[in-house]
Amino acid sequence: MTLFEAKNVTKQFGSTVALNQLSISVPRQSIYGLLGPNGAGKTTLIRIINQITGPDSGELFLEGRKLQPSDVYEIGYLPEERGLYKKMKVGEQALYFARLKGLPKSEAMRRLKYWFKKLEMVDWWNKKVEELSKGMAQKVQFVTTILHEPKLIIFDEPFTGFDPLNVNIIKNEILFLRERGATILFSTHNMSSVEELCDNITLIDHGKSMLDGRVDEIRKAWAGNEYSVTFAGNVQLPENGNFKIMNSQAENHNTVIKLKCLKNATTNEILQDLIKAGNIISFNPALPSMNEIFIRVVESKNSSPSNQ
Amino acid sequence: MSKISVIIEREYITRVRKKSFIIMTILGPVLMAALIIVPSLLMLNQDTELKKIAVIEDKSDLFRNAIPNIKNTEFVYLENVKLEDIKNNFEQAGYYGVLFISSEVIHVPDAVQLISRKQPPILLIEHIKNSLEKEIERQKLLTYKIENLDEIMKSVRTRVSVQTIRIDDTGKVKETSTGIAMALAYILSFLIYILVFVFGAQVMRGVIEEKTSRVVEVIISSVKPIQLMMGKIIGLALVGLTQFMIWIVLTFAIVTAVKSTIISKETITSAVQSIPQDLMAQSSTAQNQKETVTQISENSSAEFMKIFNTALNQPWGLIIFSFIFYFVTGYLLYASVFAAIGSAVDNETETQQFMLPVTIPIILGLFVAMGTMQNPESSLSFWFSLIPFTSPIVMVARIPFGVPWWELVLSMFLMIVTFIAFVWMAAKIYRTGILMYGKKTSWAEMWKWLTYKG
Repeated sequence: MTLFEAKNVTKQFGSTVALNQLSISVPRQSIYGLLGPNGAGKTTLIRIINQITGPDSGELFLEGRKLQPSDVYEIGYLPEERGLYKKMKVGEQALYFARLKGLPKSEAMRRLKYWFKKLEMVDWWNKKVEELSKGMAQKVQFVTTILHEPKLIIFDEPFTGFDPLNVNIIKNEILFLRERGATILFSTHNMSSVEELCDNITLIDHGKSMLDGRVDEIRKAWAGNEYSVTFAGNVQLPENGNFKIMNSQAENHNTVIKLKCLKNATTNEILQDLIKAGNIISFNPALPSMNEIFIRVVESKNSSPSNQ
Repeated sequence: MSKISVIIEREYITRVRKKSFIIMTILGPVLMAALIIVPSLLMLNQDTELKKIAVIEDKSDLFRNAIPNIKNTEFVYLENVKLEDIKNNFEQAGYYGVLFISSEVIHVPDAVQLISRKQPPILLIEHIKNSLEKEIERQKLLTYKIENLDEIMKSVRTRVSVQTIRIDDTGKVKETSTGIAMALAYILSFLIYILVFVFGAQVMRGVIEEKTSRVVEVIISSVKPIQLMMGKIIGLALVGLTQFMIWIVLTFAIVTAVKSTIISKETITSAVQSIPQDLMAQSSTAQNQKETVTQISENSSAEFMKIFNTALNQPWGLIIFSFIFYFVTGYLLYASVFAAIGSAVDNETETQQFMLPVTIPIILGLFVAMGTMQNPESSLSFWFSLIPFTSPIVMVARIPFGVPWWELVLSMFLMIVTFIAFVWMAAKIYRTGILMYGKKTSWAEMWKWLTYKG
């Protein structure tokens, strides 16, 4: 079921087209990745969803009905350009943001205490923001984004500024939020986190949707019949009519070989050939990383003559 | 509406709790009270020193008793004393100085010398000069041998003080005081100038702070940009008014407290006690002096009552109403422009190019307002009190002198139209500007932002 939908959204700034007939559909209780190079229009789309700016044309729906001004209470937003008042105390500031999102003071206090305890931030309550490190401030911002338990949470580059330990904590919190019923729209350049977290993605370039769908399906579709096989010890694999060796390298006393399947050979046929060559440790279909797909999509678009 | 009040609350509380605000709020009245008290204390201190001045002439005794004693200064006429005898030892004899009048004084004006160790006060010199001039005039007249000269002189001398009376359209006569109107005009226009400038600039700094700390996008995902902008503008206006109220109350309290404890005691002790101490020999003169002192204070209290009465005659209702009106609309007009500027730049140094065209009308307004006090009916004052960018400052300066109704109504109407237009335009620029980073903004760019759709 769809929680949020944008239909044919177009936005122009002067003569620049920021978004061109863009549509996305975010399933409920999923993590949706919004990918694209810098200046592709991701932030513009996110700002339109947050009703910071309005679209020139197109429609937006939350839970099947048109997006209304009061829906800002149902949305939590952690912008890429984010900050806090430097001279204000952490606790007061978190309370201020919670009240701006419509929470009454006492309820906001109760929830803040819960989250500050959970993320081990209790000691920071009376500190000024300027005394915090960047990562600490990010954590405060994370809490203020999700405090009002929004149905749709939008994270724009949520992991920048965090150390690996905190990245893990935040990742787990995001997964936990989804479990509890939240839907997450997630914009990032960090492709490994997309593979790890996202259920669906849309890749935007020049304001247009270039690619969208489930992450595993996309990767399969872009796989192009490639496999990766690992043999114990040093193995020389002869090529035959069923496959072609793309590359072969030694790794920790093993041999890792990437091969491309030719004709319409099935995996069983290929495995039969491989078993003869040595002891197989693993055999996997080699899925392209989201990173590769990203680069290939964006580059093919930019080098196509229609775009010149 | 409730969200705007959350914003106003934050703007107000964070600023009021700042150390700089508390220090300024306390220091301001102390400084202002000092400004009021110190000069009067200084004056009192000067007056308490009793001066005896020896008066000698080289040949005649034309000027015996020609110079009357004044408060704390006594003129002692010494006969048969040569200037050389007393010139170097008058201090040992208890004199403040020696006034030497040469017999040539009737023909040669600079034949009078006042010899003293300290710089004599200007008022003393003026007093001596006036008395001698009057005496010389009298003596010269005497040589004409006019009968009953004294009576003639008495009847000739008339004191004139100009009373200003203004007639309004209904033919009602009002006694006014130009002095009070001027003082009011000065205070009112200067107040608006300060409030608009100081707190308008603070709005700008607040907007820049939110933009550079990147906090703004988080906020406008919860509230509309115009709510954030207006919340800040209103919050700061309240901070300004709070500070202002505290200043008035505290200054008044300090001045009254100091006056009632120190000054009154000093006047009494200095006037009554010091006299017998220093002038035991001349008790009669001391008596005279006491009378003069009381007379002066009686005079001044009568004078004060008169000023007070004319002050009451001012159209206070109109003045207060129009002051609040022009403060609110003028502040909103300029604060919204300042907010728009703050939103368009990345840091405070970049504001320069935009600040100049904004500050020029404010400063121009203040200059015209100062001119208005000299000549309230000038066409310059007329036009500048209608043009909305200067009218808040100029019109409040004109009101104590009386302004025709149609001019006031027209000026207010123009002001309302303009401030609504400017708040609207500023909100549009602000909305786009606060999300623009790393780009040098030009006027043309800002004009383009005005045309962007919501």
